[in-house]
Amino acid sequence: MLRIEDLSAWYGEARVLRGVSLEIAEGEIVTLVGRNGAGKTTLLRCVMGLHGAGGARAAGTIGFLGANVARLPVHRRVRRGLGYVPDDRGVYATLTVEENLTLPPVVGPRPWSLDQVYETFPRLRERRRSPGTKLSGGEQQMLALARVLRMGARLLLCDEPTEGLSPLIVQQIGAILRDVKRQGVTVLLVEQNVHFAATVADRHYLLAEGRIVRSLDNDEVRAREHELLEHLGI
Amino acid sequence: MIISRLAARPIPLLTGLLIALILPWMIYPPVALDIACWALFAAAVDLLLGFTGLLPFGHAAFWGGSAYVTGLIALHAGLPFPVAVLGGAAAAALLAVPIGYLSARLRGIYFAMVTLAFAQVVYFVANQWRGLTGGENGLQGIPRDLFGIDLSDPFFFYYAGLPFVLAGLLAAWRVVRSPFGRVLVAVRDNPARAQALGYPVARYKLLAFVLSAGLSGLAGGLFAIGHGFASLDEVYWTTSGQVVMMVVLGGIGTLWGGAFGAALIVELNDYLATAGFQEIGLVTGTIFVIIVLVFRRGVWGTVRDALRARAARAVPAPGPDPGTPHDETPGTPTAPADEVPTRPAR
Repeated sequence: MLRIEDLSAWYGEARVLRGVSLEIAEGEIVTLVGRNGAGKTTLLRCVMGLHGAGGARAAGTIGFLGANVARLPVHRRVRRGLGYVPDDRGVYATLTVEENLTLPPVVGPRPWSLDQVYETFPRLRERRRSPGTKLSGGEQQMLALARVLRMGARLLLCDEPTEGLSPLIVQQIGAILRDVKRQGVTVLLVEQNVHFAATVADRHYLLAEGRIVRSLDNDEVRAREHELLEHLGI
Repeated sequence: MIISRLAARPIPLLTGLLIALILPWMIYPPVALDIACWALFAAAVDLLLGFTGLLPFGHAAFWGGSAYVTGLIALHAGLPFPVAVLGGAAAAALLAVPIGYLSARLRGIYFAMVTLAFAQVVYFVANQWRGLTGGENGLQGIPRDLFGIDLSDPFFFYYAGLPFVLAGLLAAWRVVRSPFGRVLVAVRDNPARAQALGYPVARYKLLAFVLSAGLSGLAGGLFAIGHGFASLDEVYWTTSGQVVMMVVLGGIGTLWGGAFGAALIVELNDYLATAGFQEIGLVTGTIFVIIVLVFRRGVWGTVRDALRARAARAVPAPGPDPGTPHDETPGTPTAPADEVPTRPAR
């Protein structure tokens, strides 16, 4: 579904990604783990086409559904089925929950209906008339996830969805991601929480200094959790 | 759909309509028409400033450009004034396509400067092309023809022109309440995010720009017909500044606030000029400073927020829990009082 080949990215002179190649099959949940500054967010932004303003540039191939999207503008990538859940959640403060949900266009063949969204995220139904500013961190995260699902995105790019959330909410988000996977949606997850990553994902890539240094499966992650945590500096 | 939405808020709507209808009975009719034209112009600018997040500093090009085109159509083609005005509006929208294409990619001060530069180009063309525009004399004696009906009395012409203003305001209102308008707000709040949600931001900005220019042209054309002339004043940069000032006075992002700002400035200008006061700018400038300091959201915006806050207090939110906005406990069915929207849909 997603095949990245030899992707490099720069911020001015600083090279943040150094020839990253990775592949994600349809229906998989894959995480990208790595220290702060390893280039995880940059990689997601490159896939979306958001990396490129103010002296930032990228080179490489980003194959999505069989076509190279590396030169397409952001909105065209979205229309092809890429859904981005940024680390700041990207909730519109001036719009209500429901307006946030209905704002984006439907881009995929299987968009979620509002009912379906509210069934999966009952909290959002309760808060549907609340403005985005009045939501808790967990609610914002759910709204950001729900929004791309309602668009019918085929590949979710989630940037640290568990960051700063209570364990209970983290559990909920994990359950939702597994549910999303059952419905055939593919997920690329940036995560620092290795334990959480091992509970939701199928495979993991370890990113360090702009390179993929290792590809791990769940058993390896569990077996070497301490080593990994040490590597991540956590 | 539109009718049901309009019917949902009958009191402000009827009040506004009533004021529009009785205005020429209360004040000098030509001034009433000026207010109506500037009100539409201000709403058109607010479409960009308040709802798209772009500060246009060259809308005189569209207001004045349309004034000239309207005047030329009415003078040379001898067509009824509604055709001339609509022709002027269409010309303004057309002119906005290249200007918008080149400027809508910019933000903030850069956008303001580029639109100002284009407006100055339009000003110089109008000044130099004397054969067409009359140069410093402007276009004079623009007729107010409507199938032979005598509209020379400004009182009657006000009512002939009012439907255009109301239609323009309705169009602007419809745009900001539409899904398109919501996307504009999304673009205003965070363009990168709007893009990541699948919207071609530059195209939306351009469309908003053209729409705004078209409505400004409608107002400018009507203004030219109302006065019977189109002059260089209409394309001068102070016109661009004045309309922005009206929007700021009334309240950015309120749409109707601009109408209030327009009424205040036009009426004040007229009053001071009639009283023989020379330094009008001194008074309007002082009032501008005071209002900006006292009413941070403009007069309309501040009053509206206060009324809403009062209405919210009068109807307490259901649910026993006053609410903790950062409550992360899932599934607790609270409907906190903080659910009262601080900025509900306009």
